[in-house]
Amino acid sequence: MTSSSEVMVKAEGLRKSYGTVEAVRGVSLEVDRGQVVVVIGPSGCGKSTFLRCINLLEEPSAGTLQVGDRLIDFGAKHSMPRGRDLARFRARIGMVFQQFDLFPHMTALQNVMSGPVIVKKMSKSEAETVARDLLAKVGLATFADRFPRNLSGGQQQRVAIARAMAMAPEIMLFDEVTSALDPELVGEVLDVMKQLATDGTTMIVVTHEMAFARDVADQVLVMDAGQVVEQGRAEEVLLRPTNPRTASFLSRFHSTIGERKA
Amino acid sequence: MILAAVYKWDFGLVLSYTHLWAKGLGVTLAYSVGTVVGGMIIGVICGLLLLVRSRWVTLPVHYYVEIFRCTPLLVQIVWFYYALPIVLQVELPDWFAAGLGLTLYMGAFATEIFRGGIISIDKGQWQASRALGMTGGELMRHIILPQATKRMIPPFVNQSIIQLKNTSLLYVVAIPDLMYTGSIIVSDTFRPLEVYTSVAIAYFVILYPLTLWAARLEARVDQ
Ligand SMILES: Nc1ncnc2c1ncn2[C@@H]1O[C@H](COP(=O)(O)OP(=O)(O)OP(=O)(O)O)[C@@H](O)[C@H]1O
Ligand SMILES: [Mg+2]
Repeated sequence: MTSSSEVMVKAEGLRKSYGTVEAVRGVSLEVDRGQVVVVIGPSGCGKSTFLRCINLLEEPSAGTLQVGDRLIDFGAKHSMPRGRDLARFRARIGMVFQQFDLFPHMTALQNVMSGPVIVKKMSKSEAETVARDLLAKVGLATFADRFPRNLSGGQQQRVAIARAMAMAPEIMLFDEVTSALDPELVGEVLDVMKQLATDGTTMIVVTHEMAFARDVADQVLVMDAGQVVEQGRAEEVLLRPTNPRTASFLSRFHSTIGERKA
Repeated sequence: MILAAVYKWDFGLVLSYTHLWAKGLGVTLAYSVGTVVGGMIIGVICGLLLLVRSRWVTLPVHYYVEIFRCTPLLVQIVWFYYALPIVLQVELPDWFAAGLGLTLYMGAFATEIFRGGIISIDKGQWQASRALGMTGGELMRHIILPQATKRMIPPFVNQSIIQLKNTSLLYVVAIPDLMYTGSIIVSDTFRPLEVYTSVAIAYFVILYPLTLWAARLEARVDQ
């Protein structure tokens, strides 16, 4: 009650192995309400796996995870939610993927309505109001009746963000959402994400966009080989990394981090 | 050669058995529709069972499919007609025992078609639905099946066409379908050329439009 910041997500010692491959080896992270955490690291270091553990698309092999007031201990039996309980847990967390994964048999509007209507059993008219608001927010009000195949990659990804936001999630997860886009379309998606951050959305973002990390992140997490090798305020981690592996990873991006926005 | 030149075709006599022909056609169509519908129901149930994550469920379904895909249909029809009633020590109506083999055969292929349709859907669709908080039933009904059924229709229509032709095998267990009716008319008229030509034409007239329709469906699903 005394703390001014409310913890939205708390992971402790999270592990995930696929057979003999340990993709995530004991990652801990605390995200406060309204915070933006950016996760960076070389390819294959376990960023996606870690993110997918948070909404239980992957079942962690060990550790604990708290989202809101729900605490799950993966060491204990029967702690992992199943069936409807699992679905309800995921409904509180929004996720956006690299490949957009919009539902091709639904229009942009229907895509955004799908969560509220199918999962929350919201009435169609109420869901439509929510969905139209969100489409307007991502700049696609006039594209509501288009099918995904008639939208550009950047537009599709913005619909995907609106679709996730329609569930009014407590936290949003972004997994390299601009990596599949043509360079000229990256900006429009990052702008939407910046707006969400400004509006106070709690976010965990896996990205290679270092300028975005520098400008938006409250906290940067650097992963390597399934572990967190450095963690801290964006400025510190990105500009004055203490870990040699962070330094060598960041050296590839230094031109982008250095150039400041006017 | 000489015989062919001399043979005088006479369809008049053969076609005068209108009543018998109509009944035979009716039996062929009834078995086609009945065994296709039955097989489709089996296919949906077994196809869904294959998605369950338990070997105790999927393995028996696998064996069922493989047994029916890897034995001749004629053997299946005969076995279910003659052997099954003895094995089970029950008396089955002839029309039912005769259709069992055909139905289970269709079921095996329908299972494969159903499963194939489901797993052809990109895994991103599954993860996006799960991430939104859909339960297995919800994502199946609203996301996967609407996309998958579209892809299942062409192979399903093709299999149904094959199934209609396969009903002619009912001949061996004396079910009076088009083919068996033909053999009866032959023994009455001694005109096998006209009779079997008529039988072939009848099958063709039913099936050719169906194949055209199937091709159109396929083209529409592809785009
Ligand atoms: N389903 C899986 N089965 C087996 N191994 C997997 C699976 N998913 C991921 N891995 C392995 O786990 C490790 C971490 O993968 P992950 O996708 O989390 O990395 P990443 O940091 O997201 O990489 P990238 O930047 O390329 O997206 C890799 O070695 C990968 O091969
Ligand atoms: Mg990844």
